Amino acid sequence: MNRRDILKTPILPAAAGALLAGGAVQQAQAQGGEIRTALAASSLIEEIKKRGTLRVAYGAFKPWAMRSKTGDYIGFEIDVAKELAKDLGVTFEGFPTAWDGIIPALLAGRFDVIIGGMSVTVARNLTVNFSDGYNDTGVGIFANKRLAAGWTKLEDFNKAEVTIVARRGTPAANSVGVVMPKATLRQFDEESPALQEVVNGRAHAMVGSIPLPAHSVRRYPNELVLPFSGPYRREVSAFAVRKGDPDALNVFNNWIKLKRDLSSYLADRNAYWFGSLDWEDQIQP
Amino acid sequence: MQSATETRAPPRSHAPWWRRWRIAEAAKVVALAGALGWLVVRGAGSIGYNWQWFQVPRYLWRVVDGELIWGPLVKGLMVTLQMSGIALVLALLLGVVTAIFRLVGTRMQRAVARTYLEVIRNTPLLMQIYVFYFVVAPLIGLDRYATGVIALAVFGGAFASEIVRAGIEAVPRGQWEAAASLGLTRTQVYRLVVLPQALRLLLPPLTGQAITLIKASAIVSVIAVFDLTTEGRNIISDTFLTFEIWLTVAAIYLAVTLTISLAVGALERRLGEPAAA
Repeated sequence: MNRRDILKTPILPAAAGALLAGGAVQQAQAQGGEIRTALAASSLIEEIKKRGTLRVAYGAFKPWAMRSKTGDYIGFEIDVAKELAKDLGVTFEGFPTAWDGIIPALLAGRFDVIIGGMSVTVARNLTVNFSDGYNDTGVGIFANKRLAAGWTKLEDFNKAEVTIVARRGTPAANSVGVVMPKATLRQFDEESPALQEVVNGRAHAMVGSIPLPAHSVRRYPNELVLPFSGPYRREVSAFAVRKGDPDALNVFNNWIKLKRDLSSYLADRNAYWFGSLDWEDQIQP
Repeated sequence: MQSATETRAPPRSHAPWWRRWRIAEAAKVVALAGALGWLVVRGAGSIGYNWQWFQVPRYLWRVVDGELIWGPLVKGLMVTLQMSGIALVLALLLGVVTAIFRLVGTRMQRAVARTYLEVIRNTPLLMQIYVFYFVVAPLIGLDRYATGVIALAVFGGAFASEIVRAGIEAVPRGQWEAAASLGLTRTQVYRLVVLPQALRLLLPPLTGQAITLIKASAIVSVIAVFDLTTEGRNIISDTFLTFEIWLTVAAIYLAVTLTISLAVGALERRLGEPAAA
């Protein structure tokens, strides 16, 4: 056999190929291991452990997070965030943040996670990652007595000439496009101007999370009315985190699973903050 | 005697603006814009921002079955333009009336003009919008759009009146005296001699005021008028595309105000030509 013949036989190239491939796989495995270690080390969870604090952002929404008489924030989200920090073995640090800036601040790493009654939608999920749902928010409606006289079902509000107001960014605001697509939704940054719109008769109705509807009607019995009692829709709230961190998501998801399915912690807190008004004397009037 | 035309600062050539803009000037502008763009992109890059510009066009327009449907941002722009347009006209009227009250009014008129001016000029526009919307509007049954327009007009009028007053006072004393010595009545003096000259002096600061008004109109988003800013904020709260939408909204405001600047610049040059003076 001359050299040319050797090259022609299939054995040699095949053997060389196998050798090369074996080397590549080994190298790739080693590299994969390094990348994994690097990824795990750069996870938010590592950062939280090292820092010793869990930095949580939330907006001031009643009764999720509100100022108590002593000036601290209390509410459903605060309880959840503090419990999470306790279980992670770190201290809780709160970041009350305006809705407009909350996403850029999350992406810039000003805090670790948003636990702020954020409802999950596909459009939002394209920009941030959401954990599993930790809370179902019941969304209800209350209306101006004069403008919505005799209206008793949701369909009565689903008309082009109807104006619905809501606080921007709330699960309630989110629900209007889905269940009352024909109505005009006007969003306000604060709850009280939105409420005034309905009281003054400039909007037909306002949507908000339970217990806001019943609460508001009790405050303005002459102007406001509940067309029907109870929520008309449930929105799922989840933690929002930066994209590209499966470790953090895994820890948050399993924490939620444990607190939701294997313990009644989340259900109890939900019942306390959303189902009762026992907390009312703790907050500023 | 010096006429207003002669006091005008440096003589200009009559070549159109695109030729007078030297290449070096254009290069400076491009370099500056490039540097700013680079800063934004680098800043966002350093926090690992995931740009999703491809999502933006649908908020400007969509084509459904061959039919063009304007998106919320374009509709918002129309509302912004219409609102600030009406507010600007009202502000000018208000400004002229206030200026005349201050210059030649009775003591009562002067006091009213002065009070209006000082109150509006020295309080934040946000407070004025809230007061108009929650206190004044329900009393006289104004809707939110009218409230927004009126609040902007009242705000703009206070500043416009000072501009108009300064412009009228800048017309040289000799012009008034010459007009009076020709036997013109007071109204004729204003109409034929003073105002035509004042108008040219007024154009640059009034353009600035118009641009301020367009930008200030963003504040009506607090009373949920569907202007450009409100639409932008609603999209952001639905999609979390914060940077993409805010930068787009800013670019739209910039395009509008730059167009106005250039158009008024051209108008100014026309008025500045000897034949027109």
